[in-house]
Amino acid sequence: MNSKRGENMISKGKVHKYGDHVDTDAIIPARYLMTTDPDELASHCMEGIDTEFVSRAEPGDIIVAGKNFGCGSSREHAPIAIKAAGVSCVIAASFARIFYRNSFNIGLPIIEQAEAAAAIDDGDEVEVDFTDGLIRDLTTGDEWRFAALTGPVAELIEAGGLVNLTRSRLGAGG
Amino acid sequence: MSAGMTITEKLLAKAAGKDSVRPGEFVTCELDLVLANDITAPIAIEQFGNMGGTQVFDRDKVVLVADHSTPNKDIKTAQIVKQMREFAREQGLTNYYEGAGSGIEHIILPDKGLVLPGDVVIGADSHTCTYGALGAFSTGVGSSDAGAAMATGETWFRVPATLKFVIAGELGKWVGGKDIILYTIGKIGVDGALYRAMEFAGSAIENLPMAGRFTVCNMAIEAGGKNGIIAPDEKVEEFVKGRAQRAYECLASDTDAEYERVHEWDAGDIEPQVSFPHLPENARGISQVGDITIHQAVVGACTNGRLEDLRIAAEVLKGRQVAAGVRCIIIPGSQEIHLQATREGLVETFLEAGCMVSTPTCGPCLGGHMGVLAEGEKAIATTNRNFVGRMGHPESEIYLSSPALAAASAVAGKICSPDEL
Ligand code: SF4
Repeated sequence: MNSKRGENMISKGKVHKYGDHVDTDAIIPARYLMTTDPDELASHCMEGIDTEFVSRAEPGDIIVAGKNFGCGSSREHAPIAIKAAGVSCVIAASFARIFYRNSFNIGLPIIEQAEAAAAIDDGDEVEVDFTDGLIRDLTTGDEWRFAALTGPVAELIEAGGLVNLTRSRLGAGG
Repeated sequence: MSAGMTITEKLLAKAAGKDSVRPGEFVTCELDLVLANDITAPIAIEQFGNMGGTQVFDRDKVVLVADHSTPNKDIKTAQIVKQMREFAREQGLTNYYEGAGSGIEHIILPDKGLVLPGDVVIGADSHTCTYGALGAFSTGVGSSDAGAAMATGETWFRVPATLKFVIAGELGKWVGGKDIILYTIGKIGVDGALYRAMEFAGSAIENLPMAGRFTVCNMAIEAGGKNGIIAPDEKVEEFVKGRAQRAYECLASDTDAEYERVHEWDAGDIEPQVSFPHLPENARGISQVGDITIHQAVVGACTNGRLEDLRIAAEVLKGRQVAAGVRCIIIPGSQEIHLQATREGLVETFLEAGCMVSTPTCGPCLGGHMGVLAEGEKAIATTNRNFVGRMGHPESEIYLSSPALAAASAVAGKICSPDEL
């Protein structure tokens, strides 16, 4: 899972690599959507394209994919399933826009970094330093930078997700 | 004076209370409507509570529709819909739909006049982009965004750059909105409009009936688009007349608006389209399809479940028989459409041809019920997604098309155009 080194937010784990256009039906098939329980969703994570994922995944693991990750439906069950499966971060060349919003809203860290997404191999050990904006492939020694987020997305991360942000806006206290 | 704005920029500026906005800018907009359905509402309602929400911002502007698996197909869905129904009652929502007066969300919201030109709308469903056909900015979000908006009545957007698609000339026989959008996605790819607004214009769009325009905007998300949009004209005015219960505003792009890119298609080049498994971008003209035997044909979904779509399917099926070994499933998009189709004799035509006519539901579109595919089965469908396993078994295949092709293929037992019957 995510940890801290000094003041830096770090995530570290083994990579599960996928191609372009991984859609939300692949991440969590519609037949499993009749629940909101994260653990139950996690038990079917990636089942649409990789039935072995759940048995192989370990806490902290990282998903690396090509372009348009999370395309398709608006189902928040998709990032919830990934997060509940223990995945600490998703790195992709690009994300579909609803998946992008949903991930920040529920607190799943995701990074758009096309070069890293192309270079990192399945099974590599990767470390992400969110504070410094650095991705390190510990297997190959390669490194990539990514830009700090701005605007409402930065505010969301700062607040710890949309629930907290909206709570404080509504003055519901905490 | 600064450069002009696109219709999408104008809609977002208006809802943000600004004179102008530019692509890339973040804005907070007041919302005219917030939508969720029986898949996404349960999480939205949970999050609404977690966020400290007690009362929705406006009980007329939060719409819940039970459509994905209704009438409830099993105990789990029944429980979920019950939870939604109870929330709607507690909150006193004026627009909760299930059963009577219901149907697929993206069909009934425009039909009931709940979305109007000039609106800014979010829905916890990716095909919320459908309402761009009315000249509204509408886009899909997840459940947490919908839950927060149910409480606050607002949300943030990054103003998208706009891609303009000019489709000029005359469409051929059996070519309509579905073919235009499949052709477009075939050209630009499933991420060809990622984060962008897709604005459609040109004589072929102007001549397109409302049903076809809804179909075009419905699939903007299938190119990764944030919204699809068509400037409202007399057809839109005609459509909203008698439905609108409140004031609305028709906007249009300025002549000096800035587009990231302008694509021009010649309508005459667009054949009836078929998108091959497993992505909508795998579009081919019918002449390039070859010999594909099918086991199921589906006419329906928020893409093509409108009365005009059923009329086309009936025109093809009239006096003909569905081929042996093919299940042809017709799903009117709403109770209202089902009734009208019955009155016009379309339902009789379908039943005589050997089709099955279902009550309105998303059903097979997301592999839920009412026509789920087995391993190795192939379906032609007027739905909008042909991802792996979308309609059932991961080894099944979905070919996307218009109602005309789906109906003709049901008769032939293989993918074809009505002209080949
Ligand atoms: S018909 Fe299909 S695409 Fe449309 S809302 Fe229902 S499940 Fe989604």
